[in-house]
Amino acid sequence: MPEFEPVIGLEIHVQLKTRTKMFCGCALSFGEEPNTRTCPVCLGHPGTLPVTNAEAVHFGLMIGMALGCEPAPRSIFHRKNYFYPDLPKGYQISQYDIPLARDGRLGDIRIHRVHLEEDAAKLVHAGESGRIHSAEASIVDFNRGGTPLVEIVTEPDVRSAAQASEWLRLLRVTLRQLGVSDVNMEEGSLRCDANVSIRPAGEQTLGTKTELKNMNSFRFLERGVEAEIERQEGILRGDGTVTQETLHFDPRTGALSPLRSKEEAHDYRYFPEPDLVPVAPTEEMLQRARDALPELPAQRAERLESELGLAPDAAKLLAFRSELGDFFEAAVAADGADPGAIANWVTGEVVARVGDEDPAATKLEPGALAKLVGMVGEGAVAASAAKDVLAKLVSDGGDPAAIVESEGLGRAGGDELAEIVEKVMAENADAVQKVRDGNDKAIGALMGPVMRETKGTADGAEVQRLIRERL
Amino acid sequence: MSADLLGLTGAQAAAKVAGGEIDAGELFGAYRERAAAEKLNAFLWVAEEAPAVADGPLGGVPLAVKDLFCTEGVHSAAGSRILEGYRPPYTSTAVRNLTEAGATLLGKTNMDEFAMGSSNENSGYGPVKNPWDETRVPGGSSGGSAAAVAAGLAPWAIGTDTGGSIRQPASLCGIVGLKPTYGAVSRYGMIAFASSLDQAGPLTRDVTDAALLFRHMVGRDPCDSTSTGHPEDIKLPEAERVDGMKFGVPPELTGEGVEPGVKEVFEATLKLLEDLGGELVEVGLPHSPHGIAAYYVIAPAEASANLARFDGVRYGPRKGNGDLLSLYEETRAEGFGDEVKRRILLGTYALSSGYYDAYYGTAQKVRTKIADDFRAAFEQVDLIVTPTSPTVAFGLGERTEDPLAMYLSDALTVPMPLAGIPAISIPGGLSDGLPVGIQLAGPAFSENRIFEAAHALEGAIGFDGSSARA
Repeated sequence: MPEFEPVIGLEIHVQLKTRTKMFCGCALSFGEEPNTRTCPVCLGHPGTLPVTNAEAVHFGLMIGMALGCEPAPRSIFHRKNYFYPDLPKGYQISQYDIPLARDGRLGDIRIHRVHLEEDAAKLVHAGESGRIHSAEASIVDFNRGGTPLVEIVTEPDVRSAAQASEWLRLLRVTLRQLGVSDVNMEEGSLRCDANVSIRPAGEQTLGTKTELKNMNSFRFLERGVEAEIERQEGILRGDGTVTQETLHFDPRTGALSPLRSKEEAHDYRYFPEPDLVPVAPTEEMLQRARDALPELPAQRAERLESELGLAPDAAKLLAFRSELGDFFEAAVAADGADPGAIANWVTGEVVARVGDEDPAATKLEPGALAKLVGMVGEGAVAASAAKDVLAKLVSDGGDPAAIVESEGLGRAGGDELAEIVEKVMAENADAVQKVRDGNDKAIGALMGPVMRETKGTADGAEVQRLIRERL
Repeated sequence: MSADLLGLTGAQAAAKVAGGEIDAGELFGAYRERAAAEKLNAFLWVAEEAPAVADGPLGGVPLAVKDLFCTEGVHSAAGSRILEGYRPPYTSTAVRNLTEAGATLLGKTNMDEFAMGSSNENSGYGPVKNPWDETRVPGGSSGGSAAAVAAGLAPWAIGTDTGGSIRQPASLCGIVGLKPTYGAVSRYGMIAFASSLDQAGPLTRDVTDAALLFRHMVGRDPCDSTSTGHPEDIKLPEAERVDGMKFGVPPELTGEGVEPGVKEVFEATLKLLEDLGGELVEVGLPHSPHGIAAYYVIAPAEASANLARFDGVRYGPRKGNGDLLSLYEETRAEGFGDEVKRRILLGTYALSSGYYDAYYGTAQKVRTKIADDFRAAFEQVDLIVTPTSPTVAFGLGERTEDPLAMYLSDALTVPMPLAGIPAISIPGGLSDGLPVGIQLAGPAFSENRIFEAAHALEGAIGFDGSSARA
């Protein structure tokens, strides 16, 4: 039996967070009453004409540049013709053979193209299946119709379901960093279709691909692609052939079902949209887009590694969760003695307490964290006690030194610690004897009570030293 | 009083309103009464009362508007049953510009459905009769506007021209019609036929009126990305002569297919041009004979997409049994007329995968060649002169069974919109008692030059259209 290699390409639709729609002046909709964000243009009234949204072009150029693409000197819109009630003009205005930007790369995956288009309206089907063909009635909400979309198409460089979802996370965080979209998969502002084929490992020719739709979370994307790879492997191992088709992923059952052929057997009859002029970005527009690019996650991870010497995992987490990265960098700016230690605290203890929230939204000040980490480093407070201090800083804020002082969490030491050690050794003669007999592990039975007595403020190495002195 | 009022051109009436000599309300009432009682089927809707008159250079002079211009709250169906009862929620830019300049909306005029036709017989609301001979067509597609102006039911009107839809009916009705340079007038609010060709323009009794209306139609419109406005101020023409001007006479658009009576008037006009100081030069437009073929690929292709929105979902009559497919099929089967269906099918075919390059691609190349021909010609001459229509007005029903013969009615007018250039038709005389139009075409944005030459020629011809207004 040959081993199979999956070949996966992704098509991502991103709803842009512009002020108005792609081709008219309507404000974008965020859950308003149906059909309240409409005008004659986005309802496709007779005689209306589209006008390209300059901000959408700007955002599109930013995305293209962030993905390392070359912006086209002159891109054009086409009409993509098909009948559907969510498409008021009977055609979608979309870029076709000359997209806004092409030939880029994000991480390991090459970008084929980035283009602009308009979103369809939303259909609500009354009926059991929730699909149009068996619906008793369908209601159209045109609020979403005409929302600007950027479509990003990758080259078929993805080789596994896990890689697909990991790369999509990188794309999402990159787009979020650009501030051009809400990039929320559940709400549909980030949508991903996957083209999946498999071939015997080592072969160069591509197998027959299928297109997977409706995977509206990272988990569903991974599950859907995984299921499709398995399905295709099953077919090929059974000497069957894969049919080129579009498959609908059902997140409830994990099943893939073909969309009815009527829904996909389209000849879209693309032709250049005569109502619009080409998008020809001027040098000013290109410069403005370039200037608007923030540091992108992939670049930030690289900088954190190379300039601050962070471990790759920590650097990646701080870069991909930009709010953590921002908090980290603020802490380093306050006290940059040991960025590695601060990174460990942010990615470990801070994340453990704030979860998916932004630490800046808690009472914890970046400077306070930096000071606490510094105190641990100097031995002024034990690591275990410092965790309690952090909990207090997150919930109440304040100055770590003052908390250590008032809570008596300062490092136990000197005569006081020596007395405690002697007392514990006296009370645990058995353990003392075992250690003397060469059972080094038995020292733990002495360490534990000492740490308990000192409420964790003692330094472990110091306690060991004191015990060994007294053996 | 009324007869005097109705004898005035639009510009004359505007001047008298401005001078306090006549009352705008009375003027409107006189026309309203005539339009409401007309028997030509030129109007699909006539205003009940005079709208509030905006102060302005058009001074409350009533305006007839082709049914495909959207007018807020007022019948705008583009001559189609599929838009029966449609009252748009907004007004087209061209109409708004004119009413802001003081024009008052008198009524909406009949037209070939979605501007597809050359006889006005494709209207969903019945054909229009030619006021010169009621057994004949007024031309199309702006047949209602042309007939209304010719018959004195309106002092002036606006229409649209895609392949000749202003110039050809102007020619057949003995009035003046201008197809402007593409982009000079906003298309926003014009129910689209072929987006890359459609252009709004005036239909008037004389050249001065055409210039005056056009002056108030032009302008760059932020709602129409393809609109450019006009680089020149539009002047009212005063020329009496055309000294030093060179007129190109292209054999391709003046010979074959032009009937003898039309040729006679055309040749007499050429002589007049020489008498007025003009010079005649033969120029070649070698690709123009392919204009009709290219036009009948490009225009239907664009139309097939432009008319897809008429699906019964959001406006207009809704047919079918409640199922989505039957909603589409029955709404469109019952709503569209035969010619519209024919062109949707043609256009859909031309854009189909596997045929696109052979049809749409080739047609676009021909279009470029036609534009190149004109560019080369205008290096030698100032304007090109041809007959507007190969024939005078033909009989109602005469060509309805033969679409190709009907399409050839546009042979002399189609090349100009394909090249995006302006052209005017003015009455050159009569042939067997029916008007013959003369076409003057110029380079892009040469409307001022066209008006001057047309004005001089008009004075020399001395055409009298008053009998049609009786």
